[in-house]
Amino acid sequence: MRSFDYQRAGTLEHAGQLVAEDGAKAIAGGTNLLDLMKLQVETPETIVDISRLALDGIDEVDGGGLRIGAMVTNTDTAVDPRVRADYPMLSRAILAGATQQLRNRATTGGNLCQRTRCYYFTKTDQPCNKRDPGSGCGAIDGVARLHAVLGTSDQCIATYPGDMAVALAALDATVDIASPNGRSRSVPVRNFHCLPGDTPWIENVLERGEIITSVILPAPVGGRQVYRKVRERSSYAFAMVSVAAIVDVANGRIARADLAFGGLAHKPWHDPRLSDLLVGKAPDRALFAKAADLLLEDAVSQGENAFKIPLARRTLIAVLAQATGEVS
Amino acid sequence: MTAHLKFDKPDNRNVLDTTVQGVIGQPLNRPDGLAKVTGSASYAAEYDLDGCLQGVLVTAPFTRGHVTAIDKVGALAMPGVVAVIDDPRLTRRASQGSTYEAPKAGACKVDYHGQPVALVVAETFEQARDAAMRIGLEYEADDLADIPLDPDKADAKPKKGGTDMGDLAQAMSTAAHSVDLEFTTEGHASAAMEMHAATADWDGKVLTVRAALQMLNYNIAQMAKAMDMKQEQIRLLSPYVGGGFGSKLGITEETVAAGVAAMELGRPVRVVMSRQQVFGAVIRRSETRQRLRLAADADGRLVGFGHEALVSNLPGERFAEPVLQSSHFLYSAENRLLRLDVARVHRMTAGSVRAPGEAVGMPTLEVAMDALAEKVGIDPIELRLRNIPERDPESGKPFTSHKLAECLTQGAKAFGWESGPRAPRLRREGEWWIGTGVASGARAHFFEAAQVRVTLNADGTALVETDMTDIGTGTYAVLSQVVGEMLGLSPEDVQVDLGDTRHPRGPGSGGSWGAASTGSAAFLACETLRRAIATKAGVDPETMQLKDGRVVDGPALADVLGNESLSETGHFEPGDIENDYTASGFGAFFAEVRVNDVTGEVRVDRMLGAFGFGRVLNAKTARSQCLGGLVWSIGVALTEGLLFDPNDGHVVNGDLAEYHVPVNRDVGDMEVLMIEERDGGASPIQAKGIGELGMCGGAAAIANAIYNACGARVYDFPMTPDRVLAALPE
Amino acid sequence: MTITINGESHPLPRDPRTSLLDYVRDHLGLTGSKKGCDHGQCGACTMIVNGRRINGCLTLAVMHDGDSVTTIEGIGTMAAPSAMQKAFLDHDGYQCGYCTPGQICSATALLDEIAAGWPSDDSDDLTARVEATDAEIRERMSGNLCRCGAYANILAAIREVAGAAA
Repeated sequence: MRSFDYQRAGTLEHAGQLVAEDGAKAIAGGTNLLDLMKLQVETPETIVDISRLALDGIDEVDGGGLRIGAMVTNTDTAVDPRVRADYPMLSRAILAGATQQLRNRATTGGNLCQRTRCYYFTKTDQPCNKRDPGSGCGAIDGVARLHAVLGTSDQCIATYPGDMAVALAALDATVDIASPNGRSRSVPVRNFHCLPGDTPWIENVLERGEIITSVILPAPVGGRQVYRKVRERSSYAFAMVSVAAIVDVANGRIARADLAFGGLAHKPWHDPRLSDLLVGKAPDRALFAKAADLLLEDAVSQGENAFKIPLARRTLIAVLAQATGEVS
Repeated sequence: MTAHLKFDKPDNRNVLDTTVQGVIGQPLNRPDGLAKVTGSASYAAEYDLDGCLQGVLVTAPFTRGHVTAIDKVGALAMPGVVAVIDDPRLTRRASQGSTYEAPKAGACKVDYHGQPVALVVAETFEQARDAAMRIGLEYEADDLADIPLDPDKADAKPKKGGTDMGDLAQAMSTAAHSVDLEFTTEGHASAAMEMHAATADWDGKVLTVRAALQMLNYNIAQMAKAMDMKQEQIRLLSPYVGGGFGSKLGITEETVAAGVAAMELGRPVRVVMSRQQVFGAVIRRSETRQRLRLAADADGRLVGFGHEALVSNLPGERFAEPVLQSSHFLYSAENRLLRLDVARVHRMTAGSVRAPGEAVGMPTLEVAMDALAEKVGIDPIELRLRNIPERDPESGKPFTSHKLAECLTQGAKAFGWESGPRAPRLRREGEWWIGTGVASGARAHFFEAAQVRVTLNADGTALVETDMTDIGTGTYAVLSQVVGEMLGLSPEDVQVDLGDTRHPRGPGSGGSWGAASTGSAAFLACETLRRAIATKAGVDPETMQLKDGRVVDGPALADVLGNESLSETGHFEPGDIENDYTASGFGAFFAEVRVNDVTGEVRVDRMLGAFGFGRVLNAKTARSQCLGGLVWSIGVALTEGLLFDPNDGHVVNGDLAEYHVPVNRDVGDMEVLMIEERDGGASPIQAKGIGELGMCGGAAAIANAIYNACGARVYDFPMTPDRVLAALPE
Repeated sequence: MTITINGESHPLPRDPRTSLLDYVRDHLGLTGSKKGCDHGQCGACTMIVNGRRINGCLTLAVMHDGDSVTTIEGIGTMAAPSAMQKAFLDHDGYQCGYCTPGQICSATALLDEIAAGWPSDDSDDLTARVEATDAEIRERMSGNLCRCGAYANILAAIREVAGAAA
């Protein structure tokens, strides 16, 4: 780990000023940042401790949703009675990730900014366009088992590794961001993360000096919520594929189908065409298969990760069957 | 005094059954347990030495070539950096086990990506780590196109010790039933929880190194040669070792680096490898490619047996994963072809990882046996029972004992095995297919020369001293029980002092030989001590009984001794018996698994292992060893595989997030059946090894259960969800 | 700027890079908390901070000004081990002993988490009362790797203490 100055921010404004400085980085739970700093993948000159900012509450908002503060730990979100009752998919997604020890420390804001687990990104002696622009991609011609099949570029095939954000994308939650000079803005979670394109080092829409302040969950909706994660061991493993689904069936037809996917792309993957396809139709296997076709029509694998395409297909079909009650 | 025995013929006296203390075999708590559960036990990096410096290894960012210059000036300008050590004595490969030779030295010559090349020493760990990661290296690296990295494409040569009896090809073509199958297994990491560490301290005369090592007697020889010192100038201390599993058999780069730095700087130096360095630079179990050919008559009696394997290692390494070790004697068949080839590649050193050989050779053989049973149309247990040889089928030697049949039949009963021909895809609950599988287990039994000093103190308590280690295996417990049983003492009155090269030496922990070898040496010492006690007490040594610190119906030991202590060193040596017998532990594994039809995920709901390994010295620690083996079986079967970069050969998934050691949730209900026996040909205490047997075949029980559940016959280990899905019948 | 470790107040380290784990091990000599990976991938460094178990390796000591930390040394001692430590001893819930302090800190916290009604990935119903079933304990202990493979015995030890507490 490189040397750095440690600063503790007393207020959000103060934090904003500090993180706007060159080489500054905010730390909350630290579970991802410190991991990467030890590897010298992250080399901030200043660490701004924002963990004590008063952003640690879960409050109801007008219109019936919930505001989850950026400093709320993953545990506190997952065990909140309102989340468990009204947004069970979010509890499920969080509980399917990491371990109790990590969830006790990881925060809402930090988890949204979690960086990829790509093997080549985390080794400074390997090429990686995300870590070291222009150095190449070790994964494309190397071991690409973890890697993305949707929305990749010839620069980067890394995945976003988290679970919580996949559920938030399905829920169509919104990220509230404090910008410098006291301004703020809101970005849908679905638009918060970026695809790699030619700029794989840009992973989300946060600009310098911006800090996530909260995530807003929309008012609870009806239907069934499912979060399904497929992994290589039964716990404490990142997703090979995960599917988050909110599906409502009324009068024999799908009234709502909000889906998001983990393990497939550089961001929690949300494809609005799936809702368009599914809503208004009677749920059956053929329809689910069509949804899978649509999801994966542009999927590209690197050989090693080719399994993700059939695995995503099977998992999506099973989740839709479960959520619509069409269990075969 | 020394009580010496060269083990030339079986000892069937079963002396430990004639003594009356009644502690041998008992499931006693470990004497070292309280220190471990309270965090009071100190491991190699946990000694608070005044002025101790911190060292961090620098690793090579290239695959083959030379480091030509190191920017010491730049590094020394960094805060806290005290020295950059690039002494030519620095070792560049992990030592193999059971060798008195030093590992290769000259760390500037690089043979694999990630090899340690230098040591940065600083006042604090953070300073040392930062400098080690940023230090400037100049190097000449060979063109990657010229470096063999892929074992399937590299030059390979056969290893001596193969078998070619009869005509396997002919047997295959004429047999009533046959299978001809190809398997792969991926490399494994020991992944002991304690990272490799050494704390070295030079007082001007003796270099004391607290180190994470399994075999001190070999390690001190390796260290002395590597350091160019006399053994008398070195003391190694390893009273607690946080797991070994083969990775600490030989000294690794941090041990010599710490020693060199401490002597050069005149201050204690601690070097701890990072987890990534442990994965990338210590020891790997070789990946394997295997072909199994089994030919049987109409009744399922084997007439042909072929087992061929390709493994890999660095150029110049003698070790080759002994994949065929138990295949040589497990099943009868006249026509036999066993062949091991070694490919030379520039991946990190391949060496011993728990149960070298059988860990990957038994699972493939036992999947092939399952496939054969299906072809013959008989129960897979019956197939195995029909093929248990009377004698070693290659050497013709008798077995010291053979418990495979009992393990299979008693295990089947305890597991609730439904016998008869089997068919896959018969049981389903929701998305989950459910099935069962069975496999034989075998692990060749070894013993080595060992010395243990037992002192009967004047107060009637005892002290046991040896350089033997306890790497979680239960050495502290079993030695206190052997000695307590022999001398009539509560094990609480037997202090066991381990892991110090100043004690009498033995073979250390490896090859599952520790308990049998060291326990026998302790036993020999006690036999002599008993005679001395009888003489002093004036009783007949043949009929004397000792219990609870007294001669039974006689005086207390303290009174017998007067104010003197008695000390005896037991010296156990292998002898002719190795030429006259084949010795092995045997077992049977049973598994019930669920396979998800959607995702290919596998869950092991329950496993049972039945094992015959001679006398049980402590039923609690022996069971724990077996349980550990079952967990490793799950890892081999489902989760563990080292991935190597095809371009530069580095370990890709070199941390505990991406190399998937089984977690608690991966482990269903585990049951262990210990089939008690007395194997006088295994050791004078009739005990065999148990540290490795528990994983020698277990992965096949899981593989066979997967097939029985869902019809997916997977030939590539680990059977990750993608591989199961690919093999799943539509 | 102080931190309370097992009831005693200590000054925070000067180098902000110092992890909470390195702080207790190297600065305070409390080596019961183990370093098994230094990256939050094994759980050997598990300690309880303000009542919650965390990985000591993935947090900076300087971030814990005013916090209260319990390490294995604060759970029990050789002279007075806790009920969980005794259960690990009796059930042989360890072998090499290296992951053991982390396992015991986790297990100790786990009982409070179940008592508080926190669900886990294993819970069928997120809103139902949580029971200390084998499956629940296994999932909740999956953040603590044990390479010796003592999981079955670890489960038995926790089950015993959970049963006694229930």
